[in-house]
Amino acid sequence: MTTTDHSQATADAAHTDGVVVPQGSRGERFTSFDVDAFEQPGPRDEDYRFSALRDLAPVLDEAAAPADGASVEVTAPQGVVVGELAQGEAPRGTVLVPEDRIAAIASAGTERATHVAIPADAQLTDPIRVAITGRERSRSHLVIEAGTHSEATVILEHRGTGAHAGNVEVIMGDGSQLKVVSLQQWDDDAVHAGTHHARVGRDATYKHVAVSLGGKAVRLAVTAEYGGTGGSAELLGLYYSDAGQHLEHRTFIDHNAPQCHSNVAYKGALAGKTARTVWIGDVLIRAAAEGTDTYELNRNLVLTDGARADSVPNLEIETGEIEGAGHASATGRFDDEQMFYLRSRGIPEDRARKLVVRGFFADLIQQIGVPEVEAGLMQEIDKELEHFSEEPA
Amino acid sequence: MTTLEIKNLHVSVDTPEGTKQILKGVDLTIRSGETHAIMGPNGSGKSTLAYSVAGHPKYTITDGEVLLDGENVLEMSVDERAKAGLFLAMQYPVEVPGVSVSNFLRTAKTAIDGEAPKLRTWVKEVKGSMENLRMDASFAERNVNEGFSGGEKKRHEILQMELLQPKIAILDETDSGLDVDALRIVSEGVNRVKDNTGLGVMLITHYTRILRYIKPDFVHVFVNGRVAEQGGPELAERLEAEGYDRFLVEA
Repeated sequence: MTTTDHSQATADAAHTDGVVVPQGSRGERFTSFDVDAFEQPGPRDEDYRFSALRDLAPVLDEAAAPADGASVEVTAPQGVVVGELAQGEAPRGTVLVPEDRIAAIASAGTERATHVAIPADAQLTDPIRVAITGRERSRSHLVIEAGTHSEATVILEHRGTGAHAGNVEVIMGDGSQLKVVSLQQWDDDAVHAGTHHARVGRDATYKHVAVSLGGKAVRLAVTAEYGGTGGSAELLGLYYSDAGQHLEHRTFIDHNAPQCHSNVAYKGALAGKTARTVWIGDVLIRAAAEGTDTYELNRNLVLTDGARADSVPNLEIETGEIEGAGHASATGRFDDEQMFYLRSRGIPEDRARKLVVRGFFADLIQQIGVPEVEAGLMQEIDKELEHFSEEPA
Repeated sequence: MTTLEIKNLHVSVDTPEGTKQILKGVDLTIRSGETHAIMGPNGSGKSTLAYSVAGHPKYTITDGEVLLDGENVLEMSVDERAKAGLFLAMQYPVEVPGVSVSNFLRTAKTAIDGEAPKLRTWVKEVKGSMENLRMDASFAERNVNEGFSGGEKKRHEILQMELLQPKIAILDETDSGLDVDALRIVSEGVNRVKDNTGLGVMLITHYTRILRYIKPDFVHVFVNGRVAEQGGPELAERLEAEGYDRFLVEA
């Protein structure tokens, strides 16, 4: 068990943790729409050294794979405007400017981006559903615009096979409340990478939930910045990696405005000899971001021998005038004492394991706030565990 | 009528310094309705006896037998032992985050009985038992042992014992860390279950205090991995007056 918990990190210049020493500030990263401006990454590159580079090849190689786009189907309640945006057509590209080669490929490889606009003041009770189905090699770019003071939930369902590079660009108006749930329900052989980036408006509340259960390799960058004061961003994630799966989540909160709040919580379980997970959690509190309150947490539960979870929180603080900044990271083995306790009450091993793993995820699932997603998830996790009992460590 | 027979039990444990023999030939027979106090100084192997009978993987049985009504307990998995009628109230009950007490109790009851309890009677049973143990109703919605005080943990153990209705219960230092009020409530709970179900009890304790509330039929003094002396309740009184020094010198 390794644990870091600096619940109140002090603001003495940059504060970093773990083995990673960032090349300069996280906020100074190169951005471009030009794919060729980004080199092909190698295993020594800081941003890819935890990645499944071999699996990701089809989403890193533009030339070899002219993409014909993924099938993107939007089902939305009345009032929501669904359209398309050409390359360079605003608001496309105004918030998400690619920070890495994969995002640039997803952007450049999508001629017509899907545009979902939630009108100002709309209060949607039913979620907007976006079904993204991959095949062979596919690209997508989705622009979600939440109008001023609107309230909505968007559920992205990723299914199918092949290699998919997909971006989600979220533009939030002042006072809007938006939940984006991204479900990675890929076939076992699928590869998925991309960036989900949001600009959280003044006094707006953003919640992004990444649920990665399927796919051979998933590499999602989930990032947020603020468009004004008083914004709140919550990034939640849940992943379960079986043998042969490589699930990577890279979160970044750019506290670029004063009086904003952020909370990042990712939890994952690993079962199987070659199960891999990666969580990189970057938080930058810029000099201007006085009154910031931020916390990030990653917990991993290793169910069998041989699985590997990397967990790297990075916190950069450029001002001392903050409410709070903390992070916690812990990777623990499945607890034999918990198992013994439950089994000594007559509960059989597989049932006891389910209880413990369900319990591990329970508080995170309760935070999702989308009842239909919450209910389905518990069943999905149970299913993963049934799979587990078929292939013991 | 149930009989738990422990015969010539030898148990070792692996430590960083090598294998250590802890139990060196324990003989003990507990029948329904009987209460056996196992007393002894720290490190004498009392808890090892409890956990070995319950099947904790940390302990290796190197010799001897444990039989429950003639069935070989040592061949059973941990949960099979519980289903057979054994119960271990732990000294340090384990936290299970995210699992509510009510879910835990129902799951355990279902596993022990082989079928889900009838909802109406079950809810009533749980409520009644919790009231008897002076546990607030909100307890049922808390996560198992998470943030429980020492007294709450012990009451929760006895609650499980009352609801799961084992044949033989091993109480491992259930009295440690309890104030007088909590000790009385917990002891009342044990006596109630004994009266109602004819439970056989192995009561492991360091102190004689709990024996004022739970009257033992037999007292066994445990020293250096085996029973050094046994007798009736009067032995406990003598220990109260003299302490364990006499045995430690002999050992």
